[in-house]
Amino acid sequence: MAKTSRYRCTLLSLLFVEMASAAELPLNMTKGVTDISHRVYDLHMTIFYICCAIGLVVFGAMFWAILHHRKAKGVQPAQFHESTKVEILWTAIPVVILVIMAIPATKTLIAMEDTSDADVTVLVTGSQWKWHYKYLDYPVEYYSLLATPQKQIHNKLAKGSNYLLEVDRPLVIPTGKKVRFLMTSDDVIHSWWVPAFAVKKDANPGFINESWAKVNEPGMYRGQCAELCGKDHGFMPIVVIAKEPADFNQWIQEQADIQAKAKAAEQELLSMNMTMDEAMALGEKTYLGYCAACHQAGGQGLPGAFPGLKGSKIATTTTELATHIDLVLHGKTGTAMQAFGKQLTLQEIAAVVTYERNAWDNNTGDLVQAAAIHAAKTGNKE
Amino acid sequence: MSTITTEPNAHADDHHHDAHHHRPPAGLKRWLYTTNHKDIGTLYLLFALTMFFIGGAMAMVIRAELFQPGLQLVETNFFNQMTTVHGLIMVFGAVMPAFTGLANWLIPMMIGAPDMALPRMNNWSFWILPFAFSILLASLFMEGGGPNFGWTFYAPLSTKYSGDSTALFVFSVHIMGISSIMGAINVIVTIFNLRAPGMSWMKMPLFVWTWLITAFLLIAVMPVLAGTVTMVLTDKYFGTSFFDAAGGGDPVLFQHIFWFFGHPEVYIMILPAFGIVSSIVPTFARKPLFGYASMVYATSSIALLSFLVWAHHMFTTGMPVFAELFFMYCTMLIAVPTGVKVFNWVATMWRGAMTFEVPMMFAIAFIVLFTIGGLSGLMLAITPADFQYHDTYFVVAHFHYVLVTGAVFSIIAAAYYWLPKWTGHMYDETLGQWHFWCSLISVNLLFFPMHFVGLAGMPRRIPDYALQFADFNALISIGGFAFGLSQLLFVWVLVKCIRGGEKATNQVWEGAEGLEWELSSPPPYHSFTTPPHVK
Repeated sequence: MAKTSRYRCTLLSLLFVEMASAAELPLNMTKGVTDISHRVYDLHMTIFYICCAIGLVVFGAMFWAILHHRKAKGVQPAQFHESTKVEILWTAIPVVILVIMAIPATKTLIAMEDTSDADVTVLVTGSQWKWHYKYLDYPVEYYSLLATPQKQIHNKLAKGSNYLLEVDRPLVIPTGKKVRFLMTSDDVIHSWWVPAFAVKKDANPGFINESWAKVNEPGMYRGQCAELCGKDHGFMPIVVIAKEPADFNQWIQEQADIQAKAKAAEQELLSMNMTMDEAMALGEKTYLGYCAACHQAGGQGLPGAFPGLKGSKIATTTTELATHIDLVLHGKTGTAMQAFGKQLTLQEIAAVVTYERNAWDNNTGDLVQAAAIHAAKTGNKE
Repeated sequence: MSTITTEPNAHADDHHHDAHHHRPPAGLKRWLYTTNHKDIGTLYLLFALTMFFIGGAMAMVIRAELFQPGLQLVETNFFNQMTTVHGLIMVFGAVMPAFTGLANWLIPMMIGAPDMALPRMNNWSFWILPFAFSILLASLFMEGGGPNFGWTFYAPLSTKYSGDSTALFVFSVHIMGISSIMGAINVIVTIFNLRAPGMSWMKMPLFVWTWLITAFLLIAVMPVLAGTVTMVLTDKYFGTSFFDAAGGGDPVLFQHIFWFFGHPEVYIMILPAFGIVSSIVPTFARKPLFGYASMVYATSSIALLSFLVWAHHMFTTGMPVFAELFFMYCTMLIAVPTGVKVFNWVATMWRGAMTFEVPMMFAIAFIVLFTIGGLSGLMLAITPADFQYHDTYFVVAHFHYVLVTGAVFSIIAAAYYWLPKWTGHMYDETLGQWHFWCSLISVNLLFFPMHFVGLAGMPRRIPDYALQFADFNALISIGGFAFGLSQLLFVWVLVKCIRGGEKATNQVWEGAEGLEWELSSPPPYHSFTTPPHVK
């Protein structure tokens, strides 16, 4: 007896272990960290339970019939085949259930779409395949890119715990404040989704969408692009850090200072010259971060989709240098080639052009300096 | 060849007597030149089966890549081509032609006609299809690959940012559209003109009713699809700006037009399924269908409402709150007539004397699993919750429940149900039951966990995913491979049944009722040369 009960104990504890690990499996929608996300979660659970109840009644009746009204039991089939009363009844009952469900859904939706009286506004711009954040109330803006190394994606390194959900520069917002997000896009349609805020809104090129979140708890929240946006759609995550308002103010001041200093430093850099090695090192880093997604790390491109740079006319002919710089600065309309003029510093552009003209046996020997980029940039303005 | 004979013939099922005047030419010419509804029906069904396996093979590539996190087998651009072409092939190449094949085989037999009303057009509407899909599949081998923008081809991803295969994609969709419109016209003309004397509207079998309504939906929306792809074509190649804000257009306009086609399209793929299930359930319950008239009205209301709900696919595009409310309410409303249909099927089973041959098993599975898909559809209608569900695997689970365990299961059920009539042989019941149980278990292993990964936050159409989704994705992939393999059993059953088997009686099933069961098994080449009189 004692033995069996001990077995039972072991079995029970095993079951608990099983259930505990099952609890770690992602099974349900997150409750999130905003009042709105809690309301959305409640709506989701309500409609889910209603669906379960309907399913239970309908399938219950059906399986009862399957068990009892089978020919094998020798039953004689009834011949009834219509009843207006019953039809009206099972039209009316669902209508009532739907009306009951529509009321809280309507209230929540109206609350979600009220973007008025925001404390902070962030312009979120999607582009293939990164996000750009610009604080409209502060002189701070930056790009946010996937931070997961390519080696992890290609199974050459063990995957980190935030695999594909980590970025180099997260968006930072204050807690307890109404933060308004304006969404738009530079190229195709993207969709900015942070499940913990119950915010998912499409970023449409040429139009601006609005959404908002008031985050209750400080923390780090992760999301992803939700609209198919091309080759690397699966690789443009979103990370948002919510900080206490005081911490946020301190952070945003620091960022404003850093960005102002960087701008000033850029002017000084114009007179400075990089050596070939410096340019190639910075160029390679920039190339892998911004260009390799399309043109590939080896510069061969994807034939038919993205042109190769290795051995290309523009990247190997000295007379085409101006065209090369112009393409990187302003992009090429009608194609996926973006204008990197506002995404990269003058020095980075100079370095990446140098890199593209000398890597992969392109060997032109051309060394481009920031001043040349500056000249091309301002020259085109006139 | 296919002129309707007016000479008074012997009994309609006395096919050996009158068929020798109309015997088809032998060999390949029979199939190329055929204007016979049964031959064309067979061609459609075999074509659909082929496409089902090609589209299925692409799904296997997708599931193999998603078996583990990380990129193992294919690069991301090719992955996107697989998701895109898998969707296009399954929708336009498998489900729609399969239903048209069933319509061709069954409608003339069900309404007491000798053939379809427009037999030459019938030939054409089938024979352009292989060209459409050859073009689409060939585009995968172009430099830069085939279409990679999702079967929904949202602009500007499909215009400014797409590859050169877009022109081929547009051309092939045009051909598919022409084929569907011709098929739909044929169905409507046949049903309006060739019903046997005494077959009034409210005496038509439900499969005929649902197909009639489907045909009207097709005629209403396929031209809209043609317009959409044409605008994509001119935006990409001829400098127009329908969907480009820089030229005064709007990318969201694309979605409105596409889904104005796209939502009725999903009903095009499920209404004939309702007709099939409404034929099978009464037969095996040995009891007339409950609420015939309400079934007709429910189908019609679903069809009408389908034109008022398109924007529920677009809740995140930034519509005015009033529009979001309108589309939420209309979408919820569709649950009512759909519910009526499910309740009627259950009421038909209630107090019947049921047996559970393979067609009935698939029909019952349809009712349960389609309802699960319908219930998740109701969840998706709730706009605030949809913001969380939209473009996740929850949506993928939803539409595979209504399309695979809905539409595809109904087609398989139909094949088992009418196969003895078509071939004159009973299929192998044991093999069929194996096929059913393997399919049922694997399809749920495949699609049910998708609800969970979707709710937990996995977006659709991604080639790689975060680690917390790994266990479920491995499970889903195993389900996928098992479901794919299970369908080989189906081919086995089909081949075995076509080649021989126990001789089928005219009625085939004890409880079967309707004109097609009065014909011999297999039926004469021209179904009813003398119209039967329906009492």
